[in-house]
Amino acid sequence: MPLDNPKGQSFRLVGSRPDRPDGIDKVTGRAKFGADMSAPGMLVGKLLRSPHAHARIRRIDIKKALALPGVKAIVTRDDFKEIEGDLRDVSRNVMARDKALYDGHAVAAVAAIDTATARKALKLIKVDYEILPHVTDVEEAMKPGAPVLHSDLFTQGVEPTPKKPSNIAKRHEFGHGDVAKGFAQADVVVERKFKNEATHQGYIEPHACLASVGNDGQGELWVCTQGHYAVRNVCASLLGMDVSKLRVTASEIGGGFGGKTTVFIEPVALALSRKAGKPVKIVMSREEVFRASGPTSSATVWVKIGIKKDGRITAGDAVLKYQGGAFPGSPVDMGAMSAFACYDLENVRAVGWDVVVNRPKQAAYRAPGAPISAFGVESVIDELAQKIGMDPIEVRLKNAAHEGTESSYGPTYGVIGLRATIEAAKVHPHYKAPLGPNQGRGIASGFWFNFGGQTCVSLNINIDGTVALAVGTPDIGGSRASMCLMAAEELGIGYDQVRTIIADTSSLGYNDISEGSRVTFSTGMATIQAARDAVKKLCGRAAQMWGISPEAVLWENGHAKPAGANAGDFPPLSLADIAKVAANTGGPIAGHCEVNAEGAGVSFSTHLCDVEIDPETGFTRVIRYTVIQDAGKAIHPSYVEGQYQGGAVQGIGWALNEEYIYGADGKLQNAGFLDYRIPVASDLPMIDTVIVEVPNPGHPYGLRGVGETSIVPPLAAVANAVSAAAKVRMTEIPMSPPKILKAMGEAQRR
Amino acid sequence: MSKVRVSTTINGDPVEYLCAAEETLLDVLRDRLGLTGSKEGCGTGDCGACSVTLDGRLVCSCLVLGAEAEGREVRTVEGIAKGDQLHPLQRKFIEHAALQCGICTPGFLVASKALLERNPNPTEHEIRFWLAGNLCRCTGYDKIVRAVVSAAAEMRESR
Amino acid sequence: MVQVVLWGSLKSATGGATKVEVEAANIRELLSRLGEKHPGLKPQLDRGVSVSIDGKIYRDAWFQPIPPGSEVFLLPRLAGG
Repeated sequence: MPLDNPKGQSFRLVGSRPDRPDGIDKVTGRAKFGADMSAPGMLVGKLLRSPHAHARIRRIDIKKALALPGVKAIVTRDDFKEIEGDLRDVSRNVMARDKALYDGHAVAAVAAIDTATARKALKLIKVDYEILPHVTDVEEAMKPGAPVLHSDLFTQGVEPTPKKPSNIAKRHEFGHGDVAKGFAQADVVVERKFKNEATHQGYIEPHACLASVGNDGQGELWVCTQGHYAVRNVCASLLGMDVSKLRVTASEIGGGFGGKTTVFIEPVALALSRKAGKPVKIVMSREEVFRASGPTSSATVWVKIGIKKDGRITAGDAVLKYQGGAFPGSPVDMGAMSAFACYDLENVRAVGWDVVVNRPKQAAYRAPGAPISAFGVESVIDELAQKIGMDPIEVRLKNAAHEGTESSYGPTYGVIGLRATIEAAKVHPHYKAPLGPNQGRGIASGFWFNFGGQTCVSLNINIDGTVALAVGTPDIGGSRASMCLMAAEELGIGYDQVRTIIADTSSLGYNDISEGSRVTFSTGMATIQAARDAVKKLCGRAAQMWGISPEAVLWENGHAKPAGANAGDFPPLSLADIAKVAANTGGPIAGHCEVNAEGAGVSFSTHLCDVEIDPETGFTRVIRYTVIQDAGKAIHPSYVEGQYQGGAVQGIGWALNEEYIYGADGKLQNAGFLDYRIPVASDLPMIDTVIVEVPNPGHPYGLRGVGETSIVPPLAAVANAVSAAAKVRMTEIPMSPPKILKAMGEAQRR
Repeated sequence: MSKVRVSTTINGDPVEYLCAAEETLLDVLRDRLGLTGSKEGCGTGDCGACSVTLDGRLVCSCLVLGAEAEGREVRTVEGIAKGDQLHPLQRKFIEHAALQCGICTPGFLVASKALLERNPNPTEHEIRFWLAGNLCRCTGYDKIVRAVVSAAAEMRESR
Repeated sequence: MVQVVLWGSLKSATGGATKVEVEAANIRELLSRLGEKHPGLKPQLDRGVSVSIDGKIYRDAWFQPIPPGSEVFLLPRLAGG
């Protein structure tokens, strides 16, 4: 849907900061999240997980466990059909088949009358494992002779296709031009290798669901998820049910960031419920969340960039190796596509290798793949700027992608806001603020695609003229407030007169997952269209009531009005007036929109970061942080700012502290919030934000997705700041105090 | 093993329950008393989502046994509002958009209230360190701190 | 005729060409003809691809028209978090 008014927009409500409609429930404890639901006769479900990183499962003996009083059902691989195709890997991740592929891989599950009984039952299940050698490091897994996870995995994307299986699932390549020629033209070339450890989305709410399958095969599922329709489809397939027989309700969700766009415990809960004939509730412990949900990739990233003395980049080249856990599908393709996306380059190439290792199957994490490659590219740009003695902002301005640039991943950019964010950084007081001893400043830019997708909404006019808007995208960031704003804007009524709810899968048509920064864009677009549809109908009713043609009626400020003096002298009818007599004029009034939303605009972000290092301990604090990002049009600025701040802080945690630590035995050593250290309030300063608005021509209000881009720059912004303060280039994250001390020590010795 | 019988006060009301010896106060609140406002984020006292006060002291209810509530006063997020009157902290959290997913919000409200009862005029630094035991993954803490500052100011004025 | 640019690792299925021409009025025809002309592409096409038409990314729209002279790119199936 194109931009309404390219010459300039003025809004009555959009762009204001009203209270969110679900706020009261969340500050009083009334809101119901995944683990807050119960059902009469409910059983407790618990999973048995492999204690080995890699093992063949010879036999599972459940006899003793099943005989324990209070145990009502047990499921294993025998209860799940072998599935081929798209869902093959998901089904094998949900319940191991012939092999346990990581420490924590689900092997069996029990439903019992209470937690204590379920735990006792797990202990009584005897699994006969044949322990196999394991590999958890991405580069180790690529070496010949590494333990191979899948005997049927042959590397794709290489010529010729290998005859022997390996852990290398796929090779990707993107780019254009001739990098060798480009490097030959450069005055300065920098090449570096970067490493990052795996991190977790870190949502505070563990996965939780309540499943209830009747003996007529009809099922209900209450689950915290980013996509209840997708959950319905996947669970129905895994259980051999018709999709129409499963009704899924999305609870309020306590964080997702991509980690709740897939299934883990849900098919198991349904299978247990089906077998036991009772509702089954499964809630993951925090340890299970770390061991057995979907962290992102650990990776090595090699980057080489050449630049001329005048600041023009002549070539960019990168090789990325990402591990996606025990199954193929790391986001290395998106990492490779987005690596150089901020730059206008004649010669660019990015090669990505997708590798499997004995770790949990990765899941999306906010702009999947992009932060990792941006870390490398933005660090090298920083180093190049220093080497040619040019301000890093000037280097970015000289090379920034703009409208008409051939992007590093192929398509030509339309109207984009990158330059605007860099120019805003240049004049921001943060950039000029003086720095003290042991302090350093870093700057970095980042990109994300943003998506549209299948979306539908139902906008119903209530008898009193208020509006009930049903959408199908779980609210993961406050989007209900934005939907109310857009509906109220279109209808010309007050914000408080619109109530937005998330419908279940039986009440509304299919909606794609809340991911890819698509909700405000897609559900917003559908809401606007549905409101316009409703307005047409309202005008039609008014026309009937006045006895004139519908073409002679217009909608203004929440009222139907005759379009001109010729149409007749009728006093305006408010939405409430028309709603009151809906029964007499044709029945209930509603607006609909079912759409595959297209036209999502890419978004760019530029971050400024100041850190201070304690040279004795290596302890590093972020003392100032500014996020400048293009939102196209900020519907509710507070929630746009919230996305900027939240993404930046996840990135800060990733840069300074967060990492998965695997032992030599292949087991996760820090599966808890004590030792997997996410940022806390005392670690951080206020996070300043600047919302830049370069309208997206593909949306009626010009909005662009904002949820993900903010996590792309921080890894490099922080690393560049630390490198400046420590006076040594940091290439491995997290930059925890021992690593910083070590790097500083080595630099001093040289 | 037979259950323990506990007599306690929750949000000002007398409450009696039976619980297993090893059951945590969090489990009792959520699973026996239907008070699901307190959340389990980790079960090991690291995230603060289960924060309640016990005789006015801020604690993680996942680290308190149900039996330990005997004869004491427990206050949870459900007891912060007075009837239909929201506490200034609750209003300010909504006004300042200090919540996105909202799972950590009950814990932050209980913790912030405990802070303001001891220190009605905390600095940003004091707020951040007092709230360091409450994890939030969505907001980056900025708007939470602003909401607490704002609530503290309003509460000082109305005294 | 539509000229489609394929991402680099698909070269092996087209005998080394990253730019391929097929007759297609919409995305469905495009993918169908690509699979016919270069059977080596079929596995990737079956797994799912995104198509960019003049910079706009489409993930599933079969009947999205491809205007003559558009810039068309075949991209991996993209998803966010």
